[in-house]
Amino acid sequence: MADEALTAGQYIKHHLQNMTYGQHADGSWGLAHTAEEASAMGFMSINVDTMFWSITLGVFFLWIFRRAAKNATADTPTGLQNFIEMIIEFIDGSVKSAFNGRNGIVAPMALTIFVWVFLINFMDLIPVDWLPGTAAWIGSTFFGMDPHHIYFKVVPSTDPNATFGMALAVFMLSMYYSVKIKGVKGFAAELTMHPFSSSNTLVQILFIPINFMLEFVALIAKPLSLSLRLYGNMFAGEMIFILIAIMYGGGWALGIFGGFLQLGWAIFHILIITLQAYIFMTLTIVYMDLAYQVPEEH
Amino acid sequence: MNINLTLIGQSITFAIFVWFCYAYVWPPLVAALAERQKKIADGLAAAERGQHEQELAEKKATEYLKDAKGQASDIITQAQKRANEIVDEAKGDARTEAGRIKAGADAEIEQEINRAREHLRQEVVVLAISGAEKVLKREVDKDAHASSLNELAAQL
Repeated sequence: MADEALTAGQYIKHHLQNMTYGQHADGSWGLAHTAEEASAMGFMSINVDTMFWSITLGVFFLWIFRRAAKNATADTPTGLQNFIEMIIEFIDGSVKSAFNGRNGIVAPMALTIFVWVFLINFMDLIPVDWLPGTAAWIGSTFFGMDPHHIYFKVVPSTDPNATFGMALAVFMLSMYYSVKIKGVKGFAAELTMHPFSSSNTLVQILFIPINFMLEFVALIAKPLSLSLRLYGNMFAGEMIFILIAIMYGGGWALGIFGGFLQLGWAIFHILIITLQAYIFMTLTIVYMDLAYQVPEEH
Repeated sequence: MNINLTLIGQSITFAIFVWFCYAYVWPPLVAALAERQKKIADGLAAAERGQHEQELAEKKATEYLKDAKGQASDIITQAQKRANEIVDEAKGDARTEAGRIKAGADAEIEQEINRAREHLRQEVVVLAISGAEKVLKREVDKDAHASSLNELAAQL
């Protein structure tokens, strides 16, 4: 529901702004009151809402799974245990089919990514104004803040920081294992000796910079595409929810139409959030597998 | 969308979650699954073994039954044979006994005959003597001819 004091453009912008904590231009520390202030804070600031929701959901995920793990027995499983085991088996199957190396961290990481990203994405299905509205009410009631200056983005995966952060961790891990398995020399060779190679040493030296440019772009593209895919999909979905929410301010007929639209989009979105979580997980497994692949000699 | 410290924060958070999952969530669940898998496999194997054993037992039971039947018929045959033998023996015994009794009777009859003959002879001697006495009373000396008459009587 668009606040009558905001135009549609302001409403959208308001929804796309994170709650950012950092140092103001005058040297004091605090929450940014406007989007301009937030960007002026630069790198040394933090998106409180993204961190809060991602950690809350992550802890929720670990709590549920830890409980199931504690109660896990070989007897007939019931209820939650059954559901958790279904997920575990699904992840285990995915990892076993795509990852050929021997590494105990890959499957737990895939599980974490799948469930955590799914939960994070799931926040998208909560009507766009509920949680920001609650945050604005709490902020204005208990902290005396101007509700228009309280920003609250509840879907961490619509914040590129969150998706890049995860992709970066995956990327660093895959780099680490890549170097560990292939050695520094093997890793360097992977970057410089393909796709062009020659038995003539002089020609090979000429090929090295070309190979490096191609391979380096391919290397960097992995975490970039991994994070941007999730971010882009969730951002677009969130944007459509926001646009539908604007309809509620346009009278009865448009409001009811918007209600149906929101329902339809939310149902469709269930597919997207699951699919994106699955894709993120699968690509992570594939990247880890690539780190373990020793290329055949040319 | 500003890139800021959240990036680093998310990476660290993610790393911690993955570590927790790796240390405390994944192993017990996978272990439980593996254990259950093993349990089910064992159960199926045991069931199969049980079935196999039952088949064997049935086979054995059939064999025992067959053996028992054979033995029973053997025993019956033997018993019949023995019964026949006993009957035959009894028959033989009876025959022997009858022969013995008959022989005893024969001997007794013979004795009786002999005794009767002896008696008769005695009486004939007495009668002959008395007859001869009466006939020869007057002319024959009783004492002079008694020895020759006794001789005659012994020859009868």
